[in-house]
Amino acid sequence: MTTIARPPVPGEPAQQDPPVRRRQGTDWRQVGLAALLIVPNLVLLLVFTYRPLLDNIRLSFYHWNIASPRKTFIGLDNYIEWFTSPSTGTIVFNTVVFTIAAVAGSMIIGLALAMLLDQKLIGRGPVRSMVFAPYVISGAAIGVAFQFVFDPGYGLIQDILARLGLDSPHFYQNAGWALFMITTTYVWKNVGYVFVIYLAALQGRREDLDEAAEIDGTPAWRRFWRITLPQLRGTTFFLSITVLLSSFQVFDIINVMTGGGPFEIGTTTMVFQVYQETFVNSRAGYGAAVATIMFLVVLLITVIQVRMQDKEQ
Amino acid sequence: MTTSVDTQVVPPTAPRDAGEALPPVPGTQIDEAPQLTAAQRRRRGRGVDQSSPVVKIAGYIALAITVAVIMVPLYFIVITSLKTRPDIYSDPITWWPNPFNPQNYSYVMTTLEFDLYLRNSVIITGILTVVKVTLGVLSAYAFAFIKFPLRNFLFVLVIAALMVPNQITIISNYSLIAQLGWRNTFIGIIVPLAGVAFGTFLMRNHFLSLPKEIMEAAEMDGSSFFRTLFKVVLPMSWPTVIAFTLITVVGEWNEYLWPFLVADTSATAPLPIGLTLLQDVEGLTNWGPVMAGTVLATLPMLVIFLILQKRMIKGLTAGAVKG
Repeated sequence: MTTIARPPVPGEPAQQDPPVRRRQGTDWRQVGLAALLIVPNLVLLLVFTYRPLLDNIRLSFYHWNIASPRKTFIGLDNYIEWFTSPSTGTIVFNTVVFTIAAVAGSMIIGLALAMLLDQKLIGRGPVRSMVFAPYVISGAAIGVAFQFVFDPGYGLIQDILARLGLDSPHFYQNAGWALFMITTTYVWKNVGYVFVIYLAALQGRREDLDEAAEIDGTPAWRRFWRITLPQLRGTTFFLSITVLLSSFQVFDIINVMTGGGPFEIGTTTMVFQVYQETFVNSRAGYGAAVATIMFLVVLLITVIQVRMQDKEQ
Repeated sequence: MTTSVDTQVVPPTAPRDAGEALPPVPGTQIDEAPQLTAAQRRRRGRGVDQSSPVVKIAGYIALAITVAVIMVPLYFIVITSLKTRPDIYSDPITWWPNPFNPQNYSYVMTTLEFDLYLRNSVIITGILTVVKVTLGVLSAYAFAFIKFPLRNFLFVLVIAALMVPNQITIISNYSLIAQLGWRNTFIGIIVPLAGVAFGTFLMRNHFLSLPKEIMEAAEMDGSSFFRTLFKVVLPMSWPTVIAFTLITVVGEWNEYLWPFLVADTSATAPLPIGLTLLQDVEGLTNWGPVMAGTVLATLPMLVIFLILQKRMIKGLTAGAVKG
């Protein structure tokens, strides 16, 4: 970074020819400095984000074992295979169910917790920290630990259910329960993020409306639907998109808890399929095709987000 | 995100406050206390004393359930990490280790090489944090204070990287790193993760919120870049820089997919990967050491969070709240 002290035009010419500078509107010394400041970051992003993005699209038209240098161009075959494969239905179903359940679960619970901990309750400070804490823990660590929490033989959940006189579901043998387990673990870990943002929004809203309604004798649930929720609309929109995009891309929890199973694809989502096809089944071209489809979905969601946000403003 | 970035082309005389410069997700200053109306003050002042005891009791029951749902699993993980194997496989479960078995930790640290994974995590997180914070602050400085051609385009290029999901870059990046022979090296883990999109966005928005006069004064003095950065800009920016640093530390410590693909030995793999490897070796039969490993991977971030939570939350929620 010491090179920053050496701009392309040395010396102090800036003081001698200010009129030229102003007319052109460009100070090349400053431009040189700007280049030095942004180029390292820009190069990293170009090489490790944008290059692979384009390269991935190219690779999706090939048949390719990632370990071998030989690639065979096969046109749209990977895409055709994905759209016609019988397992795609299950994988899309898993992705959609997991994503929607994760978004709905963390949004509803997060908002409920924010409203609860916005009240003047003794001990709310430490509880606020507690709710947020799991968000800073590694997803892989939570996944590993919760495997035992959900263990149908000796885990925590089966023990609690047994005390209530219930049998534990087979979280690892039944695809539906496995998906439930993964979703629950994800929500448990990430609800703190939704909570913190809703709490900040609640603290920043105009409570005088709420006050007036309260004095008018409007029942609480009506105040919630008519006043509180509309005031949180912007936050709700922002959160639903953010949580949607991040839950769409979950890998760590699935990888450590179920490895995509039971029955091969019981909890396989699209992200996990990208990994599985590319690195386990050695079909990198096919994996790249799935990744490209995912990227298009992310792009679509983002475009919708920007459109709707522009409308709001 | 792109649309409102264009609004950055404002006449130099226009006030450049944060609200105006921000993309559609505005407000990075959530730490400021909101302006309270008279009614709000009244309400805050009186607390819940006027709500009925039933509501109050329901509130405390909800609070208790919340605490239980979060703390019971964590407690279960910690006590399991201190149990002997027969104690772990007891039915019903025991709520206190009998006997205490801290050997799980020494077994994990020495035999299972968690000391090495811990070291790797510290190295990777440390280097990535220094590099990312430096790059983020420097590029944000350029985007906020220097006029240069294509500035808006380049800024959009940087923040649009946020939209590119990891899984679309891993295949090509893995192939590149493998060809370079960088698998199982620190450089192979670190370099592809070192670009900064969010941090640049965060710092730039903060820089734009600084009073313009101070920057102008520095410019008039002919103050050099380094002087301006260290004497003028950074002293007014530490809270944001710290928030940025903290979220980077947490994010890199917990990074999983990329290191999982390129590192599979204790020579370079960080803790979350070590945990996965440990689970493959010991899991489902020997939960004590696995849980001890989980606690070791988790504890550093929890401790940092508990000490610096306000600053960390500021970083994690920056740009999220309608201000």
